[in-house]
Amino acid sequence: MTATHADYRLSQLDELEAESIHIFREVAAEFEKPVLMFSGGKDSIVMMRLAEKAFYPAKIPFPVLQVDTGYDFPEVLATRDNWVNRLGVRLIVAGVEQAIKDGIVVDDGKTSRNRLQIGTLLNAIEDNGFTAAFGGGRRDEEKARAKERVYSHRDEFGQWDPKNQRPELWSLYNGRLHEGEHMRIFPISNWTELDIWDYIGREGIEIPSIYFSHTRRVFERDGMLLTESEHNPCRDGEVAAERTVRFRTVGDLTLTGCVESTASTIPEIIDEVAVARVTERGATRGDDRFSEAAMEDRKKEGYF
Amino acid sequence: MDLLRFATAGSVDDGKSTLIGRLLLDSKAIFEDQLEAVEATSEAKGYDYTDLALLTDGLRSEREQGITIDVAYRYFATPNRKFIIADTPGHVQYTRNMVTGASTADLGLVLVDARQGLTEQSRRHAVILSLLRVPHLVLAVNKMDLVDYDQAVYDAIYAEFTSFATKLNIPDLEVIPISALQGDNVVERSTNMGWYSGPTLMHHLEHVHVASDRDLVDARFPVQYVIRPKSDDFHDYRGYAGRIAGGVLKPGDEVVVLPSGMTSTIEAIDVFNTEIAEAFPPMSVTLRLADDVDVSRGDMIARVNNAPTPSQDIDAMICWMTNEPLRPRQKLAIKHTTRTGRALVKDVQYRLDVNTLHRDQESKELGLNEIGRVQLRTTVPLLCDPYSKNRTTGSFILIDEATGVTVGAGMING
Ligand SMILES: Nc1nc2c(ncn2[C@@H]2O[C@H](COP(=O)(O)OP(=O)(O)O)[C@@H](O)[C@H]2O)c(=O)[nH]1
Repeated sequence: MTATHADYRLSQLDELEAESIHIFREVAAEFEKPVLMFSGGKDSIVMMRLAEKAFYPAKIPFPVLQVDTGYDFPEVLATRDNWVNRLGVRLIVAGVEQAIKDGIVVDDGKTSRNRLQIGTLLNAIEDNGFTAAFGGGRRDEEKARAKERVYSHRDEFGQWDPKNQRPELWSLYNGRLHEGEHMRIFPISNWTELDIWDYIGREGIEIPSIYFSHTRRVFERDGMLLTESEHNPCRDGEVAAERTVRFRTVGDLTLTGCVESTASTIPEIIDEVAVARVTERGATRGDDRFSEAAMEDRKKEGYF
Repeated sequence: MDLLRFATAGSVDDGKSTLIGRLLLDSKAIFEDQLEAVEATSEAKGYDYTDLALLTDGLRSEREQGITIDVAYRYFATPNRKFIIADTPGHVQYTRNMVTGASTADLGLVLVDARQGLTEQSRRHAVILSLLRVPHLVLAVNKMDLVDYDQAVYDAIYAEFTSFATKLNIPDLEVIPISALQGDNVVERSTNMGWYSGPTLMHHLEHVHVASDRDLVDARFPVQYVIRPKSDDFHDYRGYAGRIAGGVLKPGDEVVVLPSGMTSTIEAIDVFNTEIAEAFPPMSVTLRLADDVDVSRGDMIARVNNAPTPSQDIDAMICWMTNEPLRPRQKLAIKHTTRTGRALVKDVQYRLDVNTLHRDQESKELGLNEIGRVQLRTTVPLLCDPYSKNRTTGSFILIDEATGVTVGAGMING
């Protein structure tokens, strides 16, 4: 606690933490089958930390669900395993590959893995009967997210109806559901990218090594630096070369770009973020760049 | 660095989006790609300036209609403070959004157009902020550039508003002349209004004192969740998790558990793996009690000599948020702190005209976006305080049991 007790004020990080912990506990108390969606990214790691704190010294009372695109960074999977083992939580992996094989989603060669995740995820939620799924979305990420509630209601098809959201007042969350519906829960709605980094630094918690500066063979496509890999070979005219880079978001490695950076510690990353002039999504997520309303379209379909 | 939450309100075209766009831009919360997208859109629409309002314009349907229709949250920070803006639209029919945005706000920011002065809507916004007990209010007199930065215009609006505000509950008021478009008195002090000696908007937002707005006297701890690890290391651990709603709690304090009335002593207060010396709002903590008393979710821990009186008869101001009106005999679900139950509408005493403050006692129902005084009878006793004393233990929501939708917001009188 960094609270200045003399005048009973909380720092902004302590206040955000208290709000998020309140949300985790509220959901654990009111929903039958919650699950934490874990992408391996820094936001979902902060979520794991908050859940750990919310229920300590008991274990986190719900499992963790990861959608495996088949194109995940190995460093991210390693960090995931460390967290899951340390906390002793159950991990459920829903594979996009398997969903394609089972005919749940269709890989037409044009649809990105991030998009195929939607069907895979919705299917995993339905199959397991989860009634609440925690996601690491932040309202500062994108305009469409700015209006999303902390408790975001999804119909039987997993869809979000932005025009028909429940009003959310004080810290009184309404978790009522009908058969087949579920709730997406966003405990870190009010955190910004900088808050996330400050918190990771303060808590000293493990995040995937690809967030820190390292050397990697990359090539340029559509103005982004992408990792050379068997899933993502260079096309004509593209040349891979070794560069000193780091990732600002993690996702499908065929689509997630990195930036040139020498930031190898959290304070260095914070310095970099503080002066960065391009949003993390705009810079490095191929799937968000197609149109200004891209995120909103995917969210309506059930993207997290 | 601490946190300030504020809600904005203004009629359409008063310049709210422009002002928020400027606050975000000047505090560097806008990124290059966001600004570029907005510049491109402004150009495509044939504007000869960058429409900062586009920065805060959310969903596509709203963009198409060219209006803001829901509460949107924005973030920016200065070296001293982090800010969360609840951006609420100013249309006649959207009282519910303003109530929603104001419910968590420390400060309300109402915009008026200097050329038009106070309108019915600006009065309504001030009334709602006062009903929701938002402790600080800023009236921003915008578009001063269009009235030649004339002090007389400001003075007239100031006088009219302060006389109206005496009928309301506004502990702290600041009236600031600005131009959102030109930037006067937003972040930089205006060189065009030497007659104004008050703070700029940003200076005021950064320095307004909010910590003392919380009740630090009357200890209130709604129990959210019982932590029982059932592990070898913590075999006998039993902790009551929740968020402090009022007062300061310390180990050694004698406490009472409501509604049972059992008493005990606080043995320890845990935050994760650390024991802390005192807990105050809005901290999330876990209390351990010295005795083995029966405590579960929905109970309230308070001080032996300072505890709320459990009550099933609730007198409250309710803002109604759905098309189907609220009527006597109606049954609804109610959520108050961590307690849920059912409520029966006994009586609608009056409807409040939020423009004139007139109490209409003839009408026995509340329509969408209407606010009125209502009597409820609940199935479970609520462990509540007057909303004027504590915004957490004095508030509740009403839920339609068939649709599951939140249909009402209540503030308990007393
Ligand atoms: N001259 C002048 N125009 C302004 C000012 N603030 C906003 N406007 C203009 O007023 C119009 C409405 O502003 P907007 O921010 O969209 O209003 P909103 O509906 O309250 O969000 C736009 O054309 C703005 O450029 C100001 O301070 N001075």
